[in-house]
Amino acid sequence: MSANENPMTGEVNHLRRIATIWVVISVVADLLFWFLVGPHMAPGRLTSTAKSDQLDINVLMVIAMPVMILIWVFLGYSIRTWSAKREGVPEPVGGEAARGNRKVQVGWIVITSVTVLLLAGFGTLALITDHGSGGGEGPNPIFTPNGATAAETAALTTGDSWSPGKVLVVQVIAQQWKFTYRYPGFGGFETSQLVLPTDTTIAFNVTSLDVIHSFWAYQLGVKADANPQLNNVAFTDTKQPGDFVVRCSELCGLWHGAMFDYGRVVSQSAFSTWASGTETANATNTSDLAPFAYTYVPDANGAAGGYYIDGGVTPYSKSELYGAKS
Amino acid sequence: MSMRGRLTTVLVLFLVGVGLVVLSVATFLKPGTPGGVTDFTKSQAAGQPVHVLAQTVGSIGFGAHPTWVSYMVMNPTTHKWVQDTTWKLPAHSKIDMTIEQFDSGSPLRNQEWGQIQGTVGHSMQLNGKTVSVYNSFTGTGVGHTFAIPTLGVSVPLVGVNGNDTLCGEAPCSTKMPHNEITFSFETQGAGSYPWQCFVPCGLGFLYGNGGPMSTQNYMGGFLEVVNT
Repeated sequence: MSANENPMTGEVNHLRRIATIWVVISVVADLLFWFLVGPHMAPGRLTSTAKSDQLDINVLMVIAMPVMILIWVFLGYSIRTWSAKREGVPEPVGGEAARGNRKVQVGWIVITSVTVLLLAGFGTLALITDHGSGGGEGPNPIFTPNGATAAETAALTTGDSWSPGKVLVVQVIAQQWKFTYRYPGFGGFETSQLVLPTDTTIAFNVTSLDVIHSFWAYQLGVKADANPQLNNVAFTDTKQPGDFVVRCSELCGLWHGAMFDYGRVVSQSAFSTWASGTETANATNTSDLAPFAYTYVPDANGAAGGYYIDGGVTPYSKSELYGAKS
Repeated sequence: MSMRGRLTTVLVLFLVGVGLVVLSVATFLKPGTPGGVTDFTKSQAAGQPVHVLAQTVGSIGFGAHPTWVSYMVMNPTTHKWVQDTTWKLPAHSKIDMTIEQFDSGSPLRNQEWGQIQGTVGHSMQLNGKTVSVYNSFTGTGVGHTFAIPTLGVSVPLVGVNGNDTLCGEAPCSTKMPHNEITFSFETQGAGSYPWQCFVPCGLGFLYGNGGPMSTQNYMGGFLEVVNT
C-alpha cells in the first residue's frame, strides 16, 4: 500500500499525489532558476533600478513557475490517469462529482488572491524604496532620493557644479529623431553622448521638442516618456561601469527605428574629465543654446524657430533676419 | 432574395472588402517618389576618397510633390542629378562631401545641430571658410542639416537669404544663390546607415517633421555601406 492510498478503502488519493509531484518539481525548478538563471536575467545590475528590475523579474518567475507547473502536472496527471481510452476506466458520467468542489474553489480563490495581493505589496514597496524604480514620475516626483530636490533647484537657479556625492541632473531632450543630453552641472552644455559616473544618483529630466517619445535606457532600468512641454523625472543610482543602449520606445515617425544611441557609465574621475572637457569644447555652442530650463516651447510651425524656456519670447523676427521661407 | 442571390451578395461584398484592404496597404507602402540607389563604389580608385556631390533645394519642382524640399545627388557615372537618397559607399573609406545649399534658413529648433560633429577635424568649409560652430540665430540661419546619427555626423547647412530670388526647381544651377558646404567623414563596416535632415523643414506638417521629412528620397535616406 502506498502513502497515497486510503488505508480504509484502498483508493488512491489523487490530490495528495498531484500535490507531492507539484511541490517537488516546483521547489527544484525555483531553486535552479533563482541560483542559476536569476543572476543573469535582464536588465542586469548596472544601476539600482536595473538590479531592482532583475529582482522583480526573478520574484515574479519564482511565484509564477509553481502556478505554471501545477497546471502542467494536473494536466499530465489527468491525461495519464483518467484517460477515457484506458481499459477499465469508466466514461465520465457527470452527476454530483462533476458539480464542483467548494473546498477547491475557495482554496483557488484564496490562494490566487493572496498571491496577487502579495505581489502588489512587493511592487509598491519596490516603487517606494527605489525612488520610482526608474520610471518617469512626472514633474513633481513622489519618491525622491536625498539631495535630488536641491540638485534640481540648483540646476535651474545657480547652475551649481556637480561633484562626487551630489545628485547629477541630466536633461534628456527628445526630438524627431534623436536624443540629446544637457548637463546643467557643467555649464549646461548639450551633447549627443550620454555619459554617467558610477556610484551616483542620477536625476533624468526628460522632455521633448516635438511629439511624444520615450526615453528607454534598457540596461539602466530607466524608462520615461518624453512629452513636449512637460518635465518627466526618473531616478537611478549607478552601481558599476558599463555600456548601455538608449532607445525611443514610443512610435514617433518614420525614423523611430533609428532613434537610438549608446551610453556609458564610467568612473567618477573619468566622468569629471569627460564632462569638463566637453564643457570646454562645446563652450561656443553652449552660449548659443537657449538657457537651461526643464521644458522648452518650440515653434510648432516647422523650420522656423528655436526652442525657448517657458514663457520666453521669440528673440528674433524671422521675416526680418532671414526673409520669407520659400 | 434567393439563397443564391444572398450568397452572391456576400461574396461580392467580401471581395470588395478584400480589395479595399489590399488597396489601402498598397497605397501605404508605395514610396513617395520612385527612387533607386546611387552607386559610388566604382567612382574612384581603390583607397582613394569618394566624392559625393549633393544639393538641397527649397522645392523640388517636379514629381508627386513639386513644392517639397529635397536632396538631390549627382550620379558619379552619368553625371546627372537624381533624386536618390540611398547611396552605396565603400566600407572604411573617407567620403568627401560637397553640398550645395539652395534653400533659405532660420534658427534651429535645437541649436545643438549648429555644432559640426563627427566630421574629419570636427569642422566644415562654408564657402571656403572653416567653421566648427554656426550660430543659427545670426546671419542667414540654417536651412537643413546632413546627419548620420550612427556615425555621429551632424553638419548644419547654412541657408541663403530668403529675400533673394531662390531656385525653385531642381536641379539648381550654381548661378542661383547658394552656399557651398564641404566636409569629410569616414564610413565604418558594411551595413545600412540612415541619414537625415534634423531641421523640421516639412512646412505645413505637424512640427515640420511630416511630408518630405517623413518620405524616402526627400530629406533622408540610407548609406548602404559595402565591402568592395
